[in-house]
Parts: sequence; C-alpha cells; structure tokens
Amino acid sequence: MLGLQGYLIISTLLFAIGFFGVLLRRNTLVLYMSLELMLNSVNLALVAFSRYNNIMDGNLFVFFIITVAAAEVAVGLAIIVALFRKCRSLMVQDLTRLHN
Amino acid sequence: MVEYFYYFFAALTLISALLVVVCRNTVNSALFMILSFLGMAGLFLMLDAFFLAILQVLVYAGAVMVLFLFVIMLLDVEATEKSRPTWVTLLASLLGFVALAMGALYVFYEPGSAALFSQQLPEVQTMPTDAAPMAFTTSVRSFGYGLFSKYMLPFQLAGFLLLVAVIGIILISKRSLHSDNNNKKQ
Repeated sequence: MLGLQGYLIISTLLFAIGFFGVLLRRNTLVLYMSLELMLNSVNLALVAFSRYNNIMDGNLFVFFIITVAAAEVAVGLAIIVALFRKCRSLMVQDLTRLHN
Repeated sequence: MVEYFYYFFAALTLISALLVVVCRNTVNSALFMILSFLGMAGLFLMLDAFFLAILQVLVYAGAVMVLFLFVIMLLDVEATEKSRPTWVTLLASLLGFVALAMGALYVFYEPGSAALFSQQLPEVQTMPTDAAPMAFTTSVRSFGYGLFSKYMLPFQLAGFLLLVAVIGIILISKRSLHSDNNNKKQ
C-alpha cells in the first residue's frame, strides 16, 4: 500500500537524479535544468507531508518556492545570456575567466 | 485503481527526469523536462493539491520552460554536445547518485521506520472552518487565508523579490549591451 513513503521515495530519487545531472553535465543550461529538478523534488516532499499531516503550511511553502524559482530562473537565464555574449560558449570547461 | 495512477505518474516523472540528464541534445532535455513537470503535476493532483498542480503546469511547464526554450533558441548553441564526459566524471556522479539514493532508501525501508510515516490519508475537507483555518483543504480559500495571516511578511517579501528580479534582469541585459558598445568603440 502506498503511503507517505511512496511519495518521499519518488522525491528523493528525483533529487538524486538532479544531483547526478549537476555532477555529470557540462552544459550550463542542462545544469540549470537539473537544479530545477532538485527544487521540484523538494516541492513534492513538502506537498506530501502537508497532505498526510493535514496541515496547509507545506502547500504555502511550495507556493513561495514556485515564486522564488520563477524569479531565480529569469535572473539566471539573463546571466547565462550575458555570459554567452562574453565567452561565446556555454560549456563549463570554457568559463574560466576567474581562473588565475 | 489509485495505485495505477500513482505508478504511472511516478514512472513518467522519474524516467523523463533521467532523460533530461542523459539526453545530449539540449532541446530534447527541455522537452523531457516539461514531461517531468507534467508528471509532477499529476502527483500533486493525487495529493489533492489542485491549485498547486495548476500552478505547476502554468508556471513551470508553461512559463519557465518556455523561457528555457527561448534562451536555447536565442543562443543558437551547437545542437549536441561534442565532448563526452570523462570516465572520472561519470564514475563520480554515479557514485554521488547511488550514495544519495541508497541513503534515502535505507531510511525509508529500515525495519521500524514504517511506523514513523503515516500510511493513512486523512479525510480531505473542501472548505476551511473557523475552528481549524490552517487545516489542509482543497479550496484556494485556505491559500488566501494563510497568505494574508500567518505568512503575510513572506508574501510581501516574495512580491518585493519579483520586483528586484525584474530590475536585476533589465540591468544585466542593459549592462552587457553597454559593454558591447564600448568594445566596438575601442
């Protein structure tokens, strides 16, 4: 029978997949998408806890997380566009301006 | 019946999340990301969070991913990554994945841990009552009540954060244009 555990397992697996992506990929955009996946997995855990404990606070937290994530994505993508104009590349290994 | 939906949405979310990470084409990654968000919205629906499910589809699958696709289109990066990850990177990231996943699964499947997690879904209410205004309900009225009473300050800060984000984006875009012009003059 699926209970709270079932949702938490999906949530942690999704977080692990996002972490895997952050470590594995070199493309800044895909890296950013993996970060979004990790944020989303936390959302699922919060909603599951909120539902099973019969309290609304978790849902409100998710509301705020979605707001902050939208703002963060907008700013992050603007930075990525500015970075691409400077460096002509999105690969992490090419972004070494601060090195030395 | 409910379990089938659960397994379907779980598989949709997890498999498309894995494909986001594994796909070498950035556009494919973004499209699988939308699929993953839709699966997540389905899971929200199963948890009776209807408003958040709609918000997930509108904000994440709609606005955020469209922004990603626009940036991919604007930057016109090469379609697929040329360089494969080195075996050290692959090994390290697999190790991180396995460590995180095994640690979490161990916590959930440890004998005796089942008692920590409630297995029964509480009865769902459709409207908040005066006695328990912050109890879980399916109505948006609970959101309004929570946002304008207990979470008033975070709510206003979130609005301010959006303003800051808008100003910041304009500044970042303008400054990079400005420096481009300076480079041309020099």
